[in-house]
Amino acid sequence: MFKFVKGYMETIDGVATYPMLSLLIFFLFFVVLFLWVITASKEHIKEVSNIPLENDNHNQSKE
Amino acid sequence: MEVQQFYYDNKVVKNFLYATMFWGIIGMSVGLLLAFMFLFPNVTDGIAWLSFGRLRPLHTNAVIFAFVGNAIFAGVYYSTQRLLKARMFSDFLSKFNFWGWQLIIVAAAITLPLGYTTSKEYAELEWPIDIAIALVWVAFGVNLIGTMIKRRQRHLYVAIWFYAGTFVTVAVLHIFNSLELPVSALKSYSVYAGVQDALVQWWYGHNAVAFFLTTPFLGLMYYFVPKAANRPVYSYKLSIVHFWSLIFIYIWAGPHHLLYSSLPDWAQNLGVAFSIMLIAPSWGGMINGLLTLRGAWDKVRTDPTLKFMVVAITGYGMATFEGPMLSLKNVNAIAHFSDWIIAHVHVGALAWNGFMTFGMIYWLAPKMFKTKLYSNGLANFHFWIGTLGIILYALPMYVAGFLQALMWKEFNPDGTLVYGNFLETVTEIIPMYWMRAIGGSMYIIGALVMVYNIVLTIKSGVKVEDELAEAAPLTRVSKKRTAGETFHTWLERKPIQLTILATVAILIGGIIQIIPTIMVKSNIPTITSVKPYTPLELEGRDLYIREGCVGCHSQMVRPFRSEVERYGEYAKAGEFVYDHPFLWGSKRTGPDLLRVGGKYSDNWHLNHMYDPQSTSSGSIMPAYQWLVRDKHDRSDVQAKMEAMVSLGVPYSKKDIANANATMAKQAEKIEKNLYADPDFAKNYEEDKKYAAENGEDFVEMRDREIVSLIAYLQRLGTDIKVKETGELISENK
Repeated sequence: MFKFVKGYMETIDGVATYPMLSLLIFFLFFVVLFLWVITASKEHIKEVSNIPLENDNHNQSKE
Repeated sequence: MEVQQFYYDNKVVKNFLYATMFWGIIGMSVGLLLAFMFLFPNVTDGIAWLSFGRLRPLHTNAVIFAFVGNAIFAGVYYSTQRLLKARMFSDFLSKFNFWGWQLIIVAAAITLPLGYTTSKEYAELEWPIDIAIALVWVAFGVNLIGTMIKRRQRHLYVAIWFYAGTFVTVAVLHIFNSLELPVSALKSYSVYAGVQDALVQWWYGHNAVAFFLTTPFLGLMYYFVPKAANRPVYSYKLSIVHFWSLIFIYIWAGPHHLLYSSLPDWAQNLGVAFSIMLIAPSWGGMINGLLTLRGAWDKVRTDPTLKFMVVAITGYGMATFEGPMLSLKNVNAIAHFSDWIIAHVHVGALAWNGFMTFGMIYWLAPKMFKTKLYSNGLANFHFWIGTLGIILYALPMYVAGFLQALMWKEFNPDGTLVYGNFLETVTEIIPMYWMRAIGGSMYIIGALVMVYNIVLTIKSGVKVEDELAEAAPLTRVSKKRTAGETFHTWLERKPIQLTILATVAILIGGIIQIIPTIMVKSNIPTITSVKPYTPLELEGRDLYIREGCVGCHSQMVRPFRSEVERYGEYAKAGEFVYDHPFLWGSKRTGPDLLRVGGKYSDNWHLNHMYDPQSTSSGSIMPAYQWLVRDKHDRSDVQAKMEAMVSLGVPYSKKDIANANATMAKQAEKIEKNLYADPDFAKNYEEDKKYAAENGEDFVEMRDREIVSLIAYLQRLGTDIKVKETGELISENK
């Protein structure tokens, strides 16, 4: 039991791809993130940012 | 359009609010008691369950999980219902969440002072409580996601993402860091050892700060600051970037707690790089919070809620600038193990978490009880005494940390240490400890004034346990309407997909760091002379864990000239392969103990534990007299060794079968060593005679706890010391 914690691999084949892959994931993450944000529509952003300010008890959804 | 009527559950919010105030006062008071124990080390003289080592985890756990935890639940349960225009998914789960959490806190408040601890910071609670935490946390998550599904508001506001991100990440962290093998009802060993245990622990520890003390509070900030200022958040787009980049980057930064330790260099450097990057999302969030007040700064002069929140967000900005700076290796070399870190965490805890909570309470109480705050004057008094308290707490600790760290590193021209005696560096900073205790007292006085103010506010109001509200239900989204919709707009109405994506974002960093350290053998070079602990040492180690010695003493000599000169050879990764759990520590109120084995005589240790001031005049270590008096129950030793074997420690069947005999032999040897001191021999024989004459039970020295502890302390760090003349034998070098 719990040998998975102790049973080290002697090597990882092609370990050099590991940092490369990490960097790529990292880079793509932010590219996608900024694409999202830049393409978001103004009206939508305005609508969503006003959600907390709507009257708590009588809410008419603006759909 | 059809409008549905429904009720907000205010009762659960109210319960969490009361619990926040109650546990807040308790947690802070324990902290204050600890602050005074630096000045009067023996103020709780002889009472084991009130000793410093056992109370320190109680303080940290009470403040983090009881005070801040209940505040999170109060704020989340209040704002989620309103942001989603729905009552919580299940009243049963809300109740289960509340009572389960309080029960866990009570269990912690009982077991920690009794010495049941895993010793891993902010994860000290033993395995049955860990399971309970997982259950209650899942109940909270199901309740939260269930409410997201039955909501009446199409889009999920950014605060809700922060709550969902908090839920999944804390669940992942808690489960992986708490993997432990039970030995008995309240004792377990971490499945990880040494370097790996350290990496997993600080991946958890750092992200407990990130995902328990930060992300839920950012969610609260994004709800309550616009509410209190009555204007939308400064930039909603910024909040999107803030959320995703923060949760993505935060999870990588854990290794900055282990700089210059035996953790592999690549992991340390990765931690540093991501810690520096964290400035960007953190400050983005801070600026977003502060600029929400644009055009409303006049309100800050009069509204206590906004006052508290402005200081809270400023404190967040300060702590999140300081954090990355502390992650730079050259700064960390000075700050780590010193009171600088204590200052840093208290800026976060007292200003960011504390003041945000207070601001929220001042806003919520009148709102929920349909009344006005009892006294604005008292709230202002609280604000000022609290703010001054923070300053008076933090500044002296910065000075103390910096001063002491420089004293640790000061050399004479002949190459010897100027302050070779660790104690000299402690006595130098006692005045700072005084100021800290005064600052802490002021902060608590403020909190007490708040409790009084809120109690009177509630008394003057009316109780509305179920608040009526109405909103239109969600209609099905037609294909036509979603044409041309961007990905994020889609995601914002898909709670499950959003939660899954957030989980993926936080898993990446953890996986990239932890898997190689655990899986690749060459990261932990083995040292052939390092052997498992003897049965008696293993039992002694458990006493070291029970008494919380790790709270003040590190076992990690960093590769600095000043530390090698003071403590001995620097720590090697291979030395810790049998350490379940690791005991590197994070604070040096006393000296490092990695190489203490063989440094003092057995008698010195006994006298030091009985009366630290007798061996080290002016020491602020409390006495541990019960260790010297009490019989040590070592009956579990074979079960413990078997557990170790399952974790990969190479005890043979013979070792385990002979454990009791081996233990008795080693204990007798230590007892014999103790007789070397004529004073000890005389006193001990007199005690024995007295007990015999009066028909009292007498516990032989070899059966007492102190003997096991001495065995462990004398072993520490000696495995590679044996070869002082020869070279270290390292298989993978």
